[in-house]
Amino acid sequence: MVLMASILPLRTPAPQPAEMQEHAMDNLRYIRRTMEQAGSFTAVPGIGGICMGATALAAAWIAVGRTGPGWLLLVWLLEACIALTIGIAGAALKSRRARAPLLSGPGRKFVAGFAPPLAAGALLTAVLYHAGAVQFLPGTWLLLYGASVLSGGAASVRVVPLMGACFMAAGAAALLAPAWGGLALALGFGGLHVVFGLVIAVKYGG
Amino acid sequence: MAAKGADRRERERTSQPELAGIPPAGVAQKLDRLVHERLRLGILSALSVNESLTFTELKKLLDTTDGNLSVHARKLEEAGYIACTKGFSGRVPRTDYRLTAAGRRALDRYLDHMEALIQAMRDK
Repeated sequence: MVLMASILPLRTPAPQPAEMQEHAMDNLRYIRRTMEQAGSFTAVPGIGGICMGATALAAAWIAVGRTGPGWLLLVWLLEACIALTIGIAGAALKSRRARAPLLSGPGRKFVAGFAPPLAAGALLTAVLYHAGAVQFLPGTWLLLYGASVLSGGAASVRVVPLMGACFMAAGAAALLAPAWGGLALALGFGGLHVVFGLVIAVKYGG
Repeated sequence: MAAKGADRRERERTSQPELAGIPPAGVAQKLDRLVHERLRLGILSALSVNESLTFTELKKLLDTTDGNLSVHARKLEEAGYIACTKGFSGRVPRTDYRLTAAGRRALDRYLDHMEALIQAMRDK
């Protein structure tokens, strides 16, 4: 008697639904990660920038004719808080319209570059105020804000670091000619924000 | 000649019995084999958020070798998913890649398939 074994074809076991789901999710994660690494932070607000410029011009107008270091600090610190709120709200709205999380990879890179010079500016403000060297405050603010925008803007579209460089130039000019500090603040925080805000709004949307 | 190439590409896309753990059934059946490969998926994803990228930028971003990148980029180029422009930056040769409309559609389709697959598995 001859025994014959039946031959069954070798088949790869079908993947389980959980495996398939995990594989698909892994692919989506890879796509998102690659896009984040390759993309630039485009949520810098154009219209928000114009609004920031407008409030800065209003602050410069309020500060005109008011003497004393306390006034300068009070008006511009208040303006800084308003501008920061407008900037964050504008960026959040813009990223929501683009259906992208604000603090995605490029967004985090922007914040990581933006925050340190801003913190240095806050510290220098306190030091210069206590040392009675308030005439150097406008130049310091413009210079360090420019450094923030320049370093944060490295993760953004090209016009953003250019704006940072212009702020730094305005800050350098204000430090060299401290008597023109008030005008430098108006032209810098007012004028540059409005001009670059318009460029960003037209070229890159909102 | 072009029709022959298109036939070959079509066969390449549809004849694979299994795609890295995804069986040829249901949603996964329509998967674009050309996009499904990891490096090619990376190339399309990177180009989808940039107007164009150079060969060197892509190589650095995707952490791959010259040979690997050029083989996969050529496959995508042959399929019409990406366009390649060769030129010079000073005296240095430079290759720029950009995503075509067909490539963007292919990536969108692939994303839809992945999402549909996840949804189908959740519904089970």
